[in-house]
Amino acid sequence: MNDLSHLKADFPVLENGVHFLDSASSSQKPIPVLEAMDRFARGSYANVHRGAYKLSVAATEAYEGARRRVAEFVGADDDREIVFTRGATTAINTVAFGWGLENLEEGDRILATEMEHHANLVPWQMVARRTGAVLDHVPITDECRLDMDAFEKKMGPDVKMVAVTGMSNVLGTIPDIAAISRIAHRHGARVLVDAAQRVPHLPVDVTEMGADFVAFSSHKMLGPTGIGVLWGRMEALEEMEPFEGGGEMISDVTLHTATWAGIPHRFEAGTPPIIEAVGLHAAIDYLDSIGMEKVFDHDKALTAIALERLGDVPGLAIQGPKDLEDRGGVISMDMKGIHAHDVATILDEEGVAVRAGHHCAKPLMRRLGVTATARASFYVYNTEADVDALVSGLRRAGELFGVR
Amino acid sequence: MALEDLYREVILDHYRNPRNRGRLERPDASASGVNPLCGDELAIELALRDGVVSDVAIESQGCSISQSSASMMTEAIKGKSIEEIKALVSKFRKMMSLDEGEDAGFDPERPGAVLGDIEALQGVRQYPVRIKCAALAWNTMLEALQETA
Repeated sequence: MNDLSHLKADFPVLENGVHFLDSASSSQKPIPVLEAMDRFARGSYANVHRGAYKLSVAATEAYEGARRRVAEFVGADDDREIVFTRGATTAINTVAFGWGLENLEEGDRILATEMEHHANLVPWQMVARRTGAVLDHVPITDECRLDMDAFEKKMGPDVKMVAVTGMSNVLGTIPDIAAISRIAHRHGARVLVDAAQRVPHLPVDVTEMGADFVAFSSHKMLGPTGIGVLWGRMEALEEMEPFEGGGEMISDVTLHTATWAGIPHRFEAGTPPIIEAVGLHAAIDYLDSIGMEKVFDHDKALTAIALERLGDVPGLAIQGPKDLEDRGGVISMDMKGIHAHDVATILDEEGVAVRAGHHCAKPLMRRLGVTATARASFYVYNTEADVDALVSGLRRAGELFGVR
Repeated sequence: MALEDLYREVILDHYRNPRNRGRLERPDASASGVNPLCGDELAIELALRDGVVSDVAIESQGCSISQSSASMMTEAIKGKSIEEIKALVSKFRKMMSLDEGEDAGFDPERPGAVLGDIEALQGVRQYPVRIKCAALAWNTMLEALQETA
């Protein structure tokens, strides 16, 4: 394993010794991110694009600098393809409403998957209801992989949008987005990737992935809450109407009409998350200083250790792929005779923070035949000691409940 | 606080062997509730005779706290009048710190004297996120009773 244990000291929240295994919900923030935001807020904060005074010019430069940094990080061809949003959820809604209402009609199909987070499901349900389009779903296999044969069969000329996760927040499964995009494009469909779990953990090159829209959040990648990113291929963004109106997104306004600013600003109504953009910039610098290949290798190494040691815990079943192929550092666990909330409470008493519940993926939970799981997820600051604490906490839970 | 104080034997017993499970043939009142945060689900049916709960049945899924609370509640309300049940609910809510009040719902000097087995749930107060689990059955039962009012 790449030794990243020296990084733990960069995360003040972890100083109290908590074994934090809930980064799939939200990650902790390292000191360089906190300091960058603090420095900016103290020294050069003002609203952006209000250019007449020096502070605003500096703030605008910082905000647009963050956009350039994000573009570079995900391999976008053009900075204008980066739209700042409130988070991954807003990024998806921006496409669902901004693109969907313009481009979907009765008889069209939207194709999602059985393993989507509610964020990539509910907006499409809403847009389907408004447009008369039908929402359909690609199943997963019993091995918790996306069923690519079923996907190919479900594709057709009536499918206009394929909405797929870049990595399941429950299973850790990483679908082959490049293959999905090729097949979808052959049928003339657009592809949106919910990459909230992917961009923080894997090297991502949006042009290589081949999708049309990629959504992700800052707060899962060591950055602050309140900012996310929608990358859109320029021609796809041009098919979209703004989902929100307001200041900053216009070119001209009369009492009855308005014309839009250029892309991406037409999709950024209102004062944007400026300090947060600076924080996201610093988070990307931090991740790049480690290297995204190393980040992913680290997740995988911990996952390998965890899968092996969890295999010996009595009554424990893992919901998700049991091998490391196309799989990230998210492990959903189901313990015989103990509800996930009880597991999480007991783990918490042992200093281990995991998420318990349906993980905002209720249709997937039904498909798996469970109502809730306890989920452990890894990131750069986790170590083998965190895995060991998880395993011994689970054994303690089993003892308390008399699981054999 | 030790985990053994939360997961007392009586709680685990009601969790593993929930009482009054299933459905009634002719319910006079029913209600269902969910805890959207954690997904606990519960449906309750009540049979009433002369203002007394003569029978009760619950179908539910969820954690040990929500399940054992529901099970113990069914035993506590069976054969009680609606007035008596409301008094019980009030004591329970005060014990769980859901309502403020002098009447703590249980007497620490005499464990089990006021609420019986249900007092085993007092450890839940130390786990604020779990209080909702314990309260689900009680809130749903009150909703069913309101139907009859």
